[in-house]
Amino acid sequence: MVARLRASFRRLRAVAVKEIRQLSRDRVTFGMIVGVPLMQMLLFGFAINFDVRDIATVVQDQANTSMSREFLAQLRATQVIKVRYITGSSAELDRLMREGRASMAVVIPHDFERRLQSQTRPVVQILVDGSQPSLSGVAGGIAQMPMLARHGEGPYAGGKRMAPRRIEIRTLYNPEKRTAVQIVPALIGVILSMTMVLFTSGAIVRERERGNLELLIATPLGRLELMVGKLLPYVGIGLIQTTLILVVGSALFTVPVVGSLLHLYGATLMFIAASLGLGLFVSTLAQTQFQAFQLAFVTMLPSILLSGFMFPFEGMPEVAQWIAQVLPLTHFNVMIRGIMLRGADLPEVWPQLAKLGVFIVVMLAIAVARFKKRLD
Amino acid sequence: MKARDDGSEVNAPARTAISARQLTRKFGAKTAVDHIDLDIPSGRIYGFLGPNGSGKSTTLRMLCGMLLPSEGHAEVFGLSVVDDAEAIRRRLGYMPQKFSLWEDLTTDENLRFIADLYGLDGDVAGRIAQQRQTYDLEQLRNQRAGTMSGGQKQRLALAAATLHSPELLLLDEPTSAVDPQSRRDFWERLFQLAERGATILVSTHYMDEAERCHGLAILAEGRLVAEGSPRDLMNAVDADVYEIEGADGSEAPRLIRELPWVHGVTQLGIRLRVLADRRQGGAGDALRALLASHGIGARIEPTHASLEDVFVVATGREKRNGR
Repeated sequence: MVARLRASFRRLRAVAVKEIRQLSRDRVTFGMIVGVPLMQMLLFGFAINFDVRDIATVVQDQANTSMSREFLAQLRATQVIKVRYITGSSAELDRLMREGRASMAVVIPHDFERRLQSQTRPVVQILVDGSQPSLSGVAGGIAQMPMLARHGEGPYAGGKRMAPRRIEIRTLYNPEKRTAVQIVPALIGVILSMTMVLFTSGAIVRERERGNLELLIATPLGRLELMVGKLLPYVGIGLIQTTLILVVGSALFTVPVVGSLLHLYGATLMFIAASLGLGLFVSTLAQTQFQAFQLAFVTMLPSILLSGFMFPFEGMPEVAQWIAQVLPLTHFNVMIRGIMLRGADLPEVWPQLAKLGVFIVVMLAIAVARFKKRLD
Repeated sequence: MKARDDGSEVNAPARTAISARQLTRKFGAKTAVDHIDLDIPSGRIYGFLGPNGSGKSTTLRMLCGMLLPSEGHAEVFGLSVVDDAEAIRRRLGYMPQKFSLWEDLTTDENLRFIADLYGLDGDVAGRIAQQRQTYDLEQLRNQRAGTMSGGQKQRLALAAATLHSPELLLLDEPTSAVDPQSRRDFWERLFQLAERGATILVSTHYMDEAERCHGLAILAEGRLVAEGSPRDLMNAVDADVYEIEGADGSEAPRLIRELPWVHGVTQLGIRLRVLADRRQGGAGDALRALLASHGIGARIEPTHASLEDVFVVATGREKRNGR
């Protein structure tokens, strides 16, 4: 019994060592281990940011008074808009918007000053390119700027009153810190589900595609030994990626880890196991690496869209919420936000842990049942 | 035709390594292996000769438990290939048709991995060194398999398949990607392994390789159409063979092929080789008369059957396809 276990462990270790060796020679995959998290961090951390800046804007200043010019200067100072065009004609303004050269238009009517006083009619008209969803919210905020006069104490008198409002807008649209804090914990899950499913399904299908599996089947190597041996190195890689995200998140975006690191890694390990199980399942469906890649992508999209990473979970239709319940990323997001940002510990997120556990068991059971040690 | 090897030549050991009864494998509607009976003695080199798609690979895969038989059964060392596949695997070395070691690993790394899988104990490094020596891999020990030539890969594959000193070696078209000199060396090594007591089952579509086997099974479309030692098969061939000289470049091949009792015509340089049904007496005279009537003066000589003639008669392929 002990001898059999030892032989089994030796085979398992041999597979793991071989996998690491091959991985270290596969520059593309090796680069992806570090490259994907770094790229995603920078993308989501900087580029994909709710703090929208420098929106290409066309201005039609019909008033052209000192007050209207001051208003524009303040609008510029918020850095939300970048005035690209100044025009006198409504037709040209329409054209610029239609051609997409400007995403926003600010029209200051010639009776700008009178409107400011009256408090009943809109002071400034702002046109927004509705085809760019993220902009409409921003514009809504800007539109409030000249309305200062409405809830200000007394009629609008001069440029001085605008100053506090400017600051208010900037805080509204400069939630840089908050965005990163929300996104970095969720990125751990997104990046892990991307790389783990992709790597493992690819690694196993590769053996089949290159004909190695035919040789492996003829050896005493058991299917469980093969699967666990192949997956083990990726557990390590997942932990390395997690560490990388935490370090970069802390260094670049000062994202804190409020809860215990140990619990954080515990939750992450569970999620890695779930992702590997999914990858294993995918590998039993695919015949070629390309198919595995496609299938992995199919599992990735709903994870990213429905897990509450991009859109709030509560706003989704019921069907989408049901689907989201099956996705490991949904539960991991709840756990990791709790641990990282609110200082929760593992026992407090036990429902999520339990759901991940069920997912792992089901996936492994299906994969082992489907992975026959035969060719047919 | 079924010429059984009665063991009259060579010193045939009595033990049977492989036996199969009515072994059959279907893939959907297609029958890849069709009710084959086999009795392969141990310590010999036994060949499967047949064209592509004749069921050679499928039979080998069933024997090492990779594919389940649809019907019938097979035993290796008296163990069932269905129920005792794991036990058989420890005593068996398999070399797939396609190079199946890891191209991004070196010779030593590949061999070390295989050694771990088979649980080789004792002096593993020594055993690997020994294999490097035997298979001329010393210079390649730190070279990745992906950068090797066909012959080098094949030596590495054989070194890996024999690393755990298996009693039975299954080789699926082992020389298909290899130059002639490497093929000769390869067969030398197979005989050395057989001398040490290993049973070797090798599939091939090369006649010269088939001729070197102790025993031979000819497969066509999944059926076993002839079995025996190459010499017995050649002696027992159910055809008379003639060589015709001086009829090249004429319409002679077409004329002869049209005769109902001719199994096949092969052009060999300036000679034509004609396989005539044995039941047709005086085929030589008939051929001479046919050619003379068309004004072709050719020399016609009876000759001995080759293994290729056996193959043509047994498969009946050439005649049917009218090649």
